[in-house]
Amino acid sequence: MAGNTEPLSPRSRLAVTAGRAAAAVSRAAGRGSGSVIGGKVALRLDPDLLARVAQHLDVVLVSATNGKTTTTRLIAEALRANGGVVSNALGANMPAGITSALAGGAEEQYGVIEVDEKYLAGVARDVTPKAIALLNLSRDQLDRAGETRMLAERWREGLQGQKAVIIANADDPLVVWAASSSPNVVWVAAGQEWKDDAWSCPSCGGVMQRPDDDWFCAECGFRRPTPSWALSGDHVLDPHGSAWPISLQLPGRANKANAATSAAVAAAFGVAPQVALERMGSVTAVAGRYDVVQYAGRDIRLLLAKNPAGWLETFSLIDAPPAPVLLSVNARGADGTDTSWLWDVDYSRLAGHPICVIGDRKLDLAVRLEVAGVDFQVCNDADDAVRRCPPGRIEAIANYTAFQDLRRVVGN
Amino acid sequence: MSDTSLRLVWVYPDLLSTYGDQGNALVVERRAQQRGLAVQREDIRSDQPIPTSGDIYLIGGGEDRPQRLAAERLVRDGGLNRAVDNGAIIFSVCAGYQILGREFVNDLGETSQGLGLLDVTSTRGEADRCVGDVLGDIDERLNLPQLTGFENHQGITHLGPTARPLARVRLGRGNGTGDGTEGAWNDTVFGTYMHGPVLARNPQIADLLVKLALDVNALPPTDDRWYEALREERITAATQPA
Repeated sequence: MAGNTEPLSPRSRLAVTAGRAAAAVSRAAGRGSGSVIGGKVALRLDPDLLARVAQHLDVVLVSATNGKTTTTRLIAEALRANGGVVSNALGANMPAGITSALAGGAEEQYGVIEVDEKYLAGVARDVTPKAIALLNLSRDQLDRAGETRMLAERWREGLQGQKAVIIANADDPLVVWAASSSPNVVWVAAGQEWKDDAWSCPSCGGVMQRPDDDWFCAECGFRRPTPSWALSGDHVLDPHGSAWPISLQLPGRANKANAATSAAVAAAFGVAPQVALERMGSVTAVAGRYDVVQYAGRDIRLLLAKNPAGWLETFSLIDAPPAPVLLSVNARGADGTDTSWLWDVDYSRLAGHPICVIGDRKLDLAVRLEVAGVDFQVCNDADDAVRRCPPGRIEAIANYTAFQDLRRVVGN
Repeated sequence: MSDTSLRLVWVYPDLLSTYGDQGNALVVERRAQQRGLAVQREDIRSDQPIPTSGDIYLIGGGEDRPQRLAAERLVRDGGLNRAVDNGAIIFSVCAGYQILGREFVNDLGETSQGLGLLDVTSTRGEADRCVGDVLGDIDERLNLPQLTGFENHQGITHLGPTARPLARVRLGRGNGTGDGTEGAWNDTVFGTYMHGPVLARNPQIADLLVKLALDVNALPPTDDRWYEALREERITAATQPA
């Protein structure tokens, strides 16, 4: 199946070439990798280009509020057991960035594509995927992204009649509601710590009952489907009941959940769980996330957390006190300009850690931490914060642009 | 006042806690505790009865469908109205503010009945969503410093004769009526479109609620330097072009 079965039309080839030229100009101008501008130019010249560059590929789409970049990477590693993979590994996850990434994959067999939640339905229509992995949905950048339940509704409408196999998290009621409009779903019990966007039944609006790990609506009967795959501690349980050990270098429960979903996706493409999970163990960092960087005699672990659900999962993976924690929050366009979400994060869980606070919105964090009743220091910048911590490991948690700023300072 | 207690009720977190407004409950709780008050906080889900003997009730913003469901359940429950009759203080934000009014336009485009605790009615604007930092002057009768907050809504709220505007905006849209008003209040019931959360940005409003609930004129001072630093930064940011 590798290689183009049908060569690109002259128009498409022209579009790809023009896109590459624009990307090269963008790189030369120091404005990033250029993949997005390249894709935009190419898509304008040929609106069907995304469909065309994907037509020879076995495509899997990955979408979620959190974990999509990491899961895309894990699936890509797993599928490489069977053949070549093209992927938007840098997280350019809207149609232009996806087009640009796939245009470089003429010789590959698989396309493993991270898709922004808002664009899933359209991309799924264009690229005729074989599989779609849906991890979770929760509140994120509400000043620009709109309502979480509306996103679930758009997924549900977009996935109706979808021929791809949907591999979906049985533990997220919004994901289950979105996926259950499609005929072919593989349910994975991947867990989810954050529950505060699904206390109201997505189907009828009744109050959800959530005893232990189960959930159901007592009013309309909408309930957790029986999963065929599950994350169980450090193991993935497959549909035959076999338990396969997870040995990731990436930290945390959420990444084990991502591995479980990735194993289910890999199986849909004929890669055995044992092979898939072994390959996932080679991933050390994803676009800088989870990287440990040496700076000023300290080991700084870089952790990205963009929204309340992400911060919650991150708190559960950091070293115990007295490990120092560096927090950085910005509110630029790509972060969402409202910082109210900080109050949906339970910062009292950081009690006992020395805490240093930086970022454009460090004063919002300061008030948040003062009300949480934990001790903290407001620092001038990343360098100042790091030097106030004792030598050793520092857990640095930052939201999107704050994370990029931090990477630049510590040389990642 | 160390033997005084304060019963704080956070209304319907399952439906109306989407925009960080639970911070309002955290701020009131913290500031009351710093004054030596024993705070009893109760989070009441929409399948539970609203207690009627609380001192302060806080209600937050939510998405459009949860707002309709919350209004239906609160009207059916009736507890908030009884609490106000018992002298409780209510502070509400965005979707919660609209619910406290006489009626609002819901996610289906129909009119939902509100609780009638504020003399306001809300409709849905045709213009773009109001999103961004807000700066305003609070009703001088409340004797409070400038209002700072973040708005993110499409509602338009008209005030009737017995509701007073909580503030006049200098920047931002507030009630969306074009007359510069933001929020509404009567003696014991307050409503605003401000997130931020608004009581973290304006701790003196939190203190006002506590003073009204306890019927005292003053509270012991607290160390407010981080609140003050944040206020100064946000007010400066709002008045300076980006």
